[in-house]
This record gives sequence, structure tokens and C-alpha cells, in this order.
Amino acid sequence: MRLKAEATERHTLSILVDNEAGILARIAGLFSARGYNIESLTVADVSHDLAVSRITIVTSGSAHVMEQILAQLERLVPVHKVTDLTSLGPHVERELALVKVAGTGEHRIEAMRLADIYRARVLDATTGSFVFELTGGTEKINTFIDLMREVGLVEVARTGVVAIARGREAA
Amino acid sequence: MEPSLIVSERSVEEAAVERSGAEILIEALTDLGVEFVFGYPGGAVLPIYDALFRQSGIRHILVRQEGGAVHAAEGYARSTGKPGVVLVTSGPGATNAITGIADALMDSIPIVVITGQVPTALIGTDAFQECDTVGITRHCSKHNYLVKDPAKLGAIIHEAFYLATSGRPGPVVVDLPKDVQVATAEYRKPAAISHKTYRPQVEPDSALIEAAVEMLASAERPILYTGGGIINAGPEATRSLRELAELTGAPVTSTLMGLGALPASSAQWLGMLGMHGTYEANMAMNRADLILCVGARFDDRVTGRLDAFSPTSKKIHIDIDRSSINKNVRVHLPIVADAGRALARMVELWRERQHKAPDTRDWWSRITGWRARNSLDFPPSASEIMPQHAIRRLWEATKQRSPIISTEVGQHQMWAAQHFGFDAPNKWLTSGGLGTMGYGLPAAIGAQLGHPDALVIDIAGEASILMNIQEMSTAVQYRLPVKVFILNNEYMGMVRQWQELTYSSRYSESYSQALPDFVKLAEAYGWKGLRIEKPDELDGGIAAMLAHDGPVMVDCRVAKLANCFPMIPSGAAHTEMILQANEVSGEMDDEAKALV
Repeated sequence: MRLKAEATERHTLSILVDNEAGILARIAGLFSARGYNIESLTVADVSHDLAVSRITIVTSGSAHVMEQILAQLERLVPVHKVTDLTSLGPHVERELALVKVAGTGEHRIEAMRLADIYRARVLDATTGSFVFELTGGTEKINTFIDLMREVGLVEVARTGVVAIARGREAA
Repeated sequence: MEPSLIVSERSVEEAAVERSGAEILIEALTDLGVEFVFGYPGGAVLPIYDALFRQSGIRHILVRQEGGAVHAAEGYARSTGKPGVVLVTSGPGATNAITGIADALMDSIPIVVITGQVPTALIGTDAFQECDTVGITRHCSKHNYLVKDPAKLGAIIHEAFYLATSGRPGPVVVDLPKDVQVATAEYRKPAAISHKTYRPQVEPDSALIEAAVEMLASAERPILYTGGGIINAGPEATRSLRELAELTGAPVTSTLMGLGALPASSAQWLGMLGMHGTYEANMAMNRADLILCVGARFDDRVTGRLDAFSPTSKKIHIDIDRSSINKNVRVHLPIVADAGRALARMVELWRERQHKAPDTRDWWSRITGWRARNSLDFPPSASEIMPQHAIRRLWEATKQRSPIISTEVGQHQMWAAQHFGFDAPNKWLTSGGLGTMGYGLPAAIGAQLGHPDALVIDIAGEASILMNIQEMSTAVQYRLPVKVFILNNEYMGMVRQWQELTYSSRYSESYSQALPDFVKLAEAYGWKGLRIEKPDELDGGIAAMLAHDGPVMVDCRVAKLANCFPMIPSGAAHTEMILQANEVSGEMDDEAKALV
């Protein structure tokens, strides 16, 4: 017998939650317990009184699985609101990456040139290395990191995706 | 952790007296009308046990293992409609309770489990009897709390009860460190409860109810498929279901958890559906043009092979839990609401529009044809007691007393569901979703406490009963006259049956070797023990069991190799039921073996 896999699609979810102890474990655990993917997850307080956090999760699943993910998240007691930004329509997504490259000579110059093209900022520099800061969509950051591999990539730290709906209304 | 309760006003009569966390807990439980706490003491709950000792309103029921406490609370809750309460210590006390908590989550049983925890300063140090209770129970409870401040304890307890009992009911765990039980704070009873994020949708959308009524009125082959949600929605929901069934003339089937909502004596009752359901119920599901599912969740035991499930029907699904809708089967009209409210609205609207019952004569004549297959029939025996026959005789002997029946898990459970006729809700206590062997005896104990004058019988198997046998002692301590009726076939019968069907009768580890003498065992615990060995002893044995005014264990020796039919084998469709043993093939393919 062979096991079969279902076709999936990438979705960005925005989840507003009560900022209580264990909430992240509750959300992340729901995904693992029910076999859903997490491609990235970010979380931070977003209310003035620190009572509400926004969790942004990039996940993938079939339309049927996505419907279940939303229903299962909404069922959790401390969840205020769940929005599937991908289905909702126009929204913006950004992530931030810190990229360390080391090298000298032509590699160093090329890294600097590419960073300029990608509008990366230099956060730290030594005679043999840079730390670049880059914000953008996931694709852009992936491409930049791929380019840096050729000029002495050392390590990468990324925030994962944060996202928000376009227009004046809250999603 | 902050309680999310919004306290709209405070009761004024109480002066601001400081009390210990343990006293606040007892006070809150008293305010919530708790009669019984099922529990077991230990180091991390000693302050609470001392507070219990110094009060008289709440009765503590000392079980013999924490798992028994949770099932007893479930039995109490399921039979009374009130939440069950459990109190256990930290570490092993909490981990022993896990199975019951998971069981209550699967079957939507309202219970509140209070667990002791090591003092807050010791949390995370691998202290004696420490475990991460909130971590372990996070995904097997509806919600859980770790209480770090006695000033918040009262509100958290009230909120826990609100969560356990509202919306889709379930288990809520409150983990209470020992120092929080000792530290003092004020407690005031919250006046009204509304929650800032959790708001179950109880009332149905009227447009959807209208659509549902029109679909039902114009259906030619309707069927009502009902579940445990109707029992949870209370007696009103059962009444509305009966009215709707009467108004529409539609046939009614139910899941294991929903038995009793429609009386088994009703002409419209088709019996249970699914893996061990009746032929007529499954065929009617398959051929229907409209399914109205109320408070059930299309689980794998009900649907059989999904791509062959009721292919020609339109489906309406009423459920209070949105995540149950479109989870396994896509439906045409989802209605998120309390089952009772939705049914009541449908009945109202049906009457208002003066709908006539659709002409279902053709439909019923087909159903009558399926019924004629007599799918619950079994080969009689003069020399051995057939287990199905034993259940039927037990039902005949007790039905006038409207007994509460609990079960363990396995063949005996399915035979009880098939052959015992339930005419009322809250009379049937069984572990449906999780399938927990050892559930029945403690559940019967909980039910008997809630209904001191009722006849409570645990229909058991000889293997299952041994899983929580220690609770016999609890029944004696509280003088509970529960009856345990063991269908003893010396096998884990359902495992053996699957091995016969799937693995060419290679009975790997399914024989119940070295069984105790159940009569002597009963006597050792101070119960009455009875043995029934021959068919002609059956009625007399049942009568002797019923005549004894105390706990009785009956060791009823039944045909050893009887199988539970009809049956939809793994991976098969409703139309591919096995009706009798001679239709069984010896070995299944891997696809079928891999299914649950």
C-alpha cells in the first residue's frame, strides 16, 4: 500500500487572541495535533493594554482543510477573531530578515552591490563581514538569500510573515 | 491567568472577608450548586480536602483510582444534565484523570476537573508529584487554567463551569498550585456571566431555518439523523425532535450517543446507523434524498466509506460546533445553533406554514422491505446463551423501571445499543468517541448517585470490567445498588471479531486468560455475585439480580465466538453491510487493514 497526499494551497491567517499564558502553545498545538502545516508563525502584542496579540500564521492545505483550520481556531476559547487574509483578497505581507555574509575582495563588493539593489540596510560591518537588514515579501527575501549564498552567506535570521488587509477597514 | 469573565455587577450582601484559596474553591462550588465531588486526595490538594472536611454542603465521593472519578463524573453529568466535578492531586492524580478528560471531550460531556499542583515556586523544578497538567490537558480539554492568584480563583471557577456547560459541552481543567490554595483573598459570587471572546451561537439564523423547513417539506425520501447533541441540548430538544418526526412522518435513525431521543418503540425509529447499525437505517441513509442531521458529526463509524456515503441526498446539518460542519462530509445547508432551539424553530415554522407531511408512502414501503431483512437477527442456540438474547431478556425484565444503562466498550456495547430499547434520553451512558474500556462501572456509580432510586445497570464485558474493577469498593462505601451484568465470552470480543474478519482468525492476544472468579470477586468486595451458565437460567438469574437491594455482579457466560452483526467492514459503504457470519471473508486487503 502507498500513502497519498492531497493538493494544497498557501494561506496567510491573522488571529487575534487574548494575551494569556500558554496561548501560543494552544494555537501551535492545535496545528500539530490535527496535522496542519505551519510555514511561519509570528506573534506580538498589538493592543494598547497588551491584552490582545496578533498571531500571523502561514499555512497550507486544501480548501477543505483550510475551512477546518478556521473553524477549529475560532472554537478556541481565547480566540477573538480569525481572518484568512488570502481568501479575503488584497492584503500586504512583509517579513524582515537579518543576513550575515563574510568575505573579502570581489565577493564583498558584489554583496554590497546586491544589497543596494535589494534596498537592504547595513546594520553591522567589519572588514570581513556585513549584517544586512532586509524587509519584503517572502519571495524577495528568498531570492536575496539565494544570491548571498554565492558571496559568502554565514547565517540568516527571519521574522516570518506579518500581514494586514489593504484599505481602511480592519480585517 | 486572567479570568475573562465580565462581572456585570457584584452582590452586595457579602462583606469583604479574606479566605484561603481552598475555601474560595468550596464556596464557589457551593454557589454553583455542586452536590458531589468525585475525587481522591493527595499531597497537593490537602488544603482543599481540609476545607471539604469543614463543610457539609458538598458530598465528596472517594473513588479508588482517579480515572474512576472522571468517568463517575461523566456518568453523573450524562444522566442528570448537570456538570460533573472531579478533584484530584497533582502528578499521577492528574495523569490518571487524562483518559476520562479526553473521553469527555470526544463525547461532549460537561465536567470540571480540579487538579492540585505543586506550589508556584516549585513549578518547573521537577518537584515531587509535579507534571505539566495544563500542558498535558491542553488538547484533550475544552479549556484549561493554571491559577496563580487566589483573588482570581472564584471567577475562574465560575467561568470554568460556564465553559463546560455552554455551547458544545466538554471538560474544563483548573490546575491549582498548593500555595494558591493556602493564600488568602476576597471572594464574591459573580452575578452574571458573559465572556469576552467565547460566545456560542445558540439561536439559529431564521433564513436557514426557513430553508431547512422548505427542503424538508418538499423531500420525497427524508431521514432524520440525530446524535448526542440532542441529548446535551436537554429534554426540550427531545420533545421538539419527537414533534418534528411526527409532523414530517420521516424515518429517524441515531448515532450511538443519541439513543433514547426518539423512543425505540416509535414506528418511525429505524435503529442505530453506522458500522453496527441496522440494515434499514444504513440503506435509508444511502437512498435518501434529504438528510437532516441534528447534533451528530458524521464520524467514521457512522459514514462508512466517505465517497459512497449517501450519494443522492441533500444534507442539512444542525450543530452548535461550527468545526463539526463540513469536517468529514460536505453539507448543503449548515446551521450553527443549539439542537433544541433549531428543532423548536423548525417545528414552529412548519406549523405556521401549515405544511403537510410529505407523501412518504413509497419511501416507507422501501424501508419496510429493508426492515424485512431483520438485520438484528441472530442464530438461536439451545445449549449456549446468545449474548444478544441475554440483552433482550434483560431489557424485557427491566423496561418497566426505565433503567439507566451504562456500558464498557466492545461487542457487548454494540449488542446493548442494538437490542436494548431506549425510550427516553439520559438513560444511556456509553463511551462513544474515545471508546474507553473501563468506563461503565464508574459511570454507573455516578449515575446512581444522581438518581438514588433508579435502576442502574452496567452492561459489561469480562475484559472491560477489569479495567476499573477497583470501583466496586466505591459502590460499597456509598451503598450504591448498581448492577454489573457481564457478558462473559472469555475474549476481547470485538478484537477477536476483527481478527476473524481481517486476519484469518489469528487471535493475537485477544483471549482473556486467567480470568478471576467473578462471583468470588463480587463477594470479596461485599457485593452479591451470581453466575448464569445455561439459557434456562437466564431469566431466573436476571430476576435474582433485580431482587437484591444492593450491588450485584452477574457473570453471564455467553456463546464464546458470537460476532456482532450487522457490520459495515472497514472501508466499505452503507450498502455493503455484512448481515451474517457466513458472508465473512477471511483476510482483508491493506487498504482496509489501515482503516480504524
